[in-house]
Amino acid sequence: MATTTESAGAKPRGKAPAGERVADWADGRLGLYSLAKANMRKIFPDHWSFMLGEICLYSFIIVILTGVYLTLFFHPSMSEVTYDGVYAPLQGIKMSDAYASTLHISFDVRGGLLMRQIHHWAALVFVAGMFVHMFRVFFTGAFRKPREINYLFGFLLLFLGFFDGFLGYSLPDDLLSGTGIRFMEGAVLSVPIVGTYISFFLFGGEFPGHDIVPRFYTIHVLLIPGIMLGLLVAHLILVFYHKHTQFAGPGKTNKNVVGMPLLPVYMAKAGGFFFLVFGVIAAISALVSVNPVWSYGPYRPDQVSTDAQPDWYMGFAEGLIRVMPGWEINAWGHTLQLGVFIPLTVFPLVMAFMGAWPFIESWATGDKREHHLLDRPRNKPVRTGIGAAWIALYCVLLLGGGNDIFATRFHMSINAITWFVRIGMFVIPVIVFIVTKRWCLGLQRRDRDKVLHGRETGIIKRLPHGEFIEIHEPLPQGVLHTLTAHEQPAPLEIGPTVDKNGVERKPGRITKLRTKLSQGLYGEGTQIPKPDVEEFKEIQSGHGHH
Amino acid sequence: MSEETLPSERDAHAGELAENPFADPGLPPHQPRRQDIDEKAARSSERTVALLFTLSMLATVAFIASYVIFPVDQNVYIWPIGWISALNFSLGMTLGVALFAIGAGAVHWARTLMSDVEMPAERHPIEAEPEVKAQVLADFGDGARESQLGRRKLIRNTMFGALALVPLSGVVLLRDLGPLPEDKLRHTLWAKGKLLINQNTNKPLRPEDVQIGSLTFAVPEGLEQEQEDYQEQIAKAALMIVRIAPENIKDKQAREWAHQGILAYSKICTHVGCPISLYEQQTHHVLCPCHQSTFDLSDGARVIFGPAGHALPQLRISVNDEGYLEALGDFAEPVGPSFWERG
Repeated sequence: MATTTESAGAKPRGKAPAGERVADWADGRLGLYSLAKANMRKIFPDHWSFMLGEICLYSFIIVILTGVYLTLFFHPSMSEVTYDGVYAPLQGIKMSDAYASTLHISFDVRGGLLMRQIHHWAALVFVAGMFVHMFRVFFTGAFRKPREINYLFGFLLLFLGFFDGFLGYSLPDDLLSGTGIRFMEGAVLSVPIVGTYISFFLFGGEFPGHDIVPRFYTIHVLLIPGIMLGLLVAHLILVFYHKHTQFAGPGKTNKNVVGMPLLPVYMAKAGGFFFLVFGVIAAISALVSVNPVWSYGPYRPDQVSTDAQPDWYMGFAEGLIRVMPGWEINAWGHTLQLGVFIPLTVFPLVMAFMGAWPFIESWATGDKREHHLLDRPRNKPVRTGIGAAWIALYCVLLLGGGNDIFATRFHMSINAITWFVRIGMFVIPVIVFIVTKRWCLGLQRRDRDKVLHGRETGIIKRLPHGEFIEIHEPLPQGVLHTLTAHEQPAPLEIGPTVDKNGVERKPGRITKLRTKLSQGLYGEGTQIPKPDVEEFKEIQSGHGHH
Repeated sequence: MSEETLPSERDAHAGELAENPFADPGLPPHQPRRQDIDEKAARSSERTVALLFTLSMLATVAFIASYVIFPVDQNVYIWPIGWISALNFSLGMTLGVALFAIGAGAVHWARTLMSDVEMPAERHPIEAEPEVKAQVLADFGDGARESQLGRRKLIRNTMFGALALVPLSGVVLLRDLGPLPEDKLRHTLWAKGKLLINQNTNKPLRPEDVQIGSLTFAVPEGLEQEQEDYQEQIAKAALMIVRIAPENIKDKQAREWAHQGILAYSKICTHVGCPISLYEQQTHHVLCPCHQSTFDLSDGARVIFGPAGHALPQLRISVNDEGYLEALGDFAEPVGPSFWERG
């Protein structure tokens, strides 16, 4: 009896609301309240570029939802069947069960075509979104400590996204996708020593065999998405744990995060954004056809269509393959097909450069501090130039990947385009780097000018002695702060080659390389000195109108 | 060595506003929106959000209605797209509107009615405090000592050995993924006496069937689409046949291996194995549509442009007693893309 009175006294009379009781139940088992205390009103800063990652997250969810639907109808089998479905042009034709079931989804299942279209469109948006998101992070320096590992997780997601996309569009076993797989076989065969064995193990014998579609299917729907889901969850946990980055501004420092709380604003905006992304992709899928496999026909190794193109994100690898000269070395009874093997190695290396950049930069700068304030791309001209050069290389190779399309559409010589890409892939990134860097420096000068001399008002004033001047208005405090908030690190120096005891000290190769990189990033000609206080005061007190 | 070159934290922003014009003035005061001060505007926003949510409900009803109404094979003319599947169009558009309206409603609600006061939250360093670090290191030391892993080397070494070996079982199990290559890539179905079957007519080819300027595709006699390994065989045996006036064939061996100017080359590109299908009658160049390797059939099918590494293999042909074209053996070298053992 005593216990009843005690517990009745501890709690208010009557039952708690139903929602609270459910929460109590969950808290007793999951520690819900402590979790919510830390996160429910968590602050998220607002900037348009922060939604790019959300697009990736949402398109990934859409891909999974539609992908599960497609597995209910797709037969990952290469057994030969004779098509007798509703699509008249292919009736009576022999094809694999995989292709026949894809036709079935497209023509017999109501809404099946829409699900296929949404699946493919969402996958294209997913990869494109990851690209743009990665470059947002790159150009603003959001990858710096403590976020290097999270950048790496994101990079791995991009790389896996590439491959899962390739595997996915290989599954229907149509003429186009089969040609893509044939290309993959040729690429695998070019690997020295083990290539032939890998190819036979991959295909279960000679190309194409009967195993590749079921094998790709398992990797496409289970293995890679499973890894990606794990990486994605880790990526999001780290975003929460590190808290979001923000641009410098009034009240926004490296020690705080300014924005609006998860509940309700961010939840409504981000949650709503999922529906916006899904809605737009559904509408695109209603209007624009993607990968109409029925028009290609079933795969036959001795047939091909012209204009064969991979999905856009593979166009870069395709370009490497197309413009590479056909170098082949025959010696000691073996063949080394460099013409295929070099592109096969260059592709991951060019990608890996982006993945490794945070580590290269932190090593070269020796910067071990935490960075939560974003860089404006103009304030890091060399990094911005390198990013732009990388994108330029990508675009040049994409052009190389579509050399036949450009040649036929614009009536140009395919040989000329190929040669343009062969030379351009080395020259154009350099030009783009120089232009971007100068552009950034120009913008820095503009900022400096605005800080020191104020904003042009457009008001012309005539002075007593007849001179006309334009009135410059000093910037508000907040803008002054924003434009001068960035850091301008000095580069590393080799230092004296003789130490204070007179003993000669020889810098090692690594030290030299590191100093060189640092000089390249922050040395001469890489930043315009930002205005200092004395300079500013002198100009303001003296002749403020200039 | 890096500490000196990096600017000290907030170097330019220390000090009061009076002496430092660049100092951080702090968060600006909140500017109220119209909806914050005018209840009429707020109610208008409320109606907009509700309208969007209602639109979504209607679109979902329309989605279900389209699913029931439109037959799966009905096409409609939609300007400016043209004839498209009525079901795909209606399902996609209604689903799109139903989803988009929910999103637009939620975002409009958040932007106009939910509080837009910006709030700061403190950050804390990710790195642990020195005491925490010391505690963890001490705990780890205790744990490691208690396990005696460092002291009992025999246990340690055998454990590492066992853990290193056990994954081998998994690797060994992969062996049966496929057979060994052996010399499978070196042989095709072609053999002495096999007739060249025209792929279009399914009839054996005679020399007079092959005209100058035409491109004919052929397969070996006896290869049937019904057979289990048809795809693997056609992937190697596919043949293209052209006729060039013998005096125009520049390569001596190619001329000898031909029959009255009829040349039989492997159709499989030596780059990565696409079937070659584009033939330029005047120059006798063939082009692979995948990566644009170009071969000169009048000159031993050598590579004249593109990424292919070597010429297309030629099949030696002749005419049998009944006047049909026949192979004089298999290809002298492997067809298709190069591989390490090709030599």
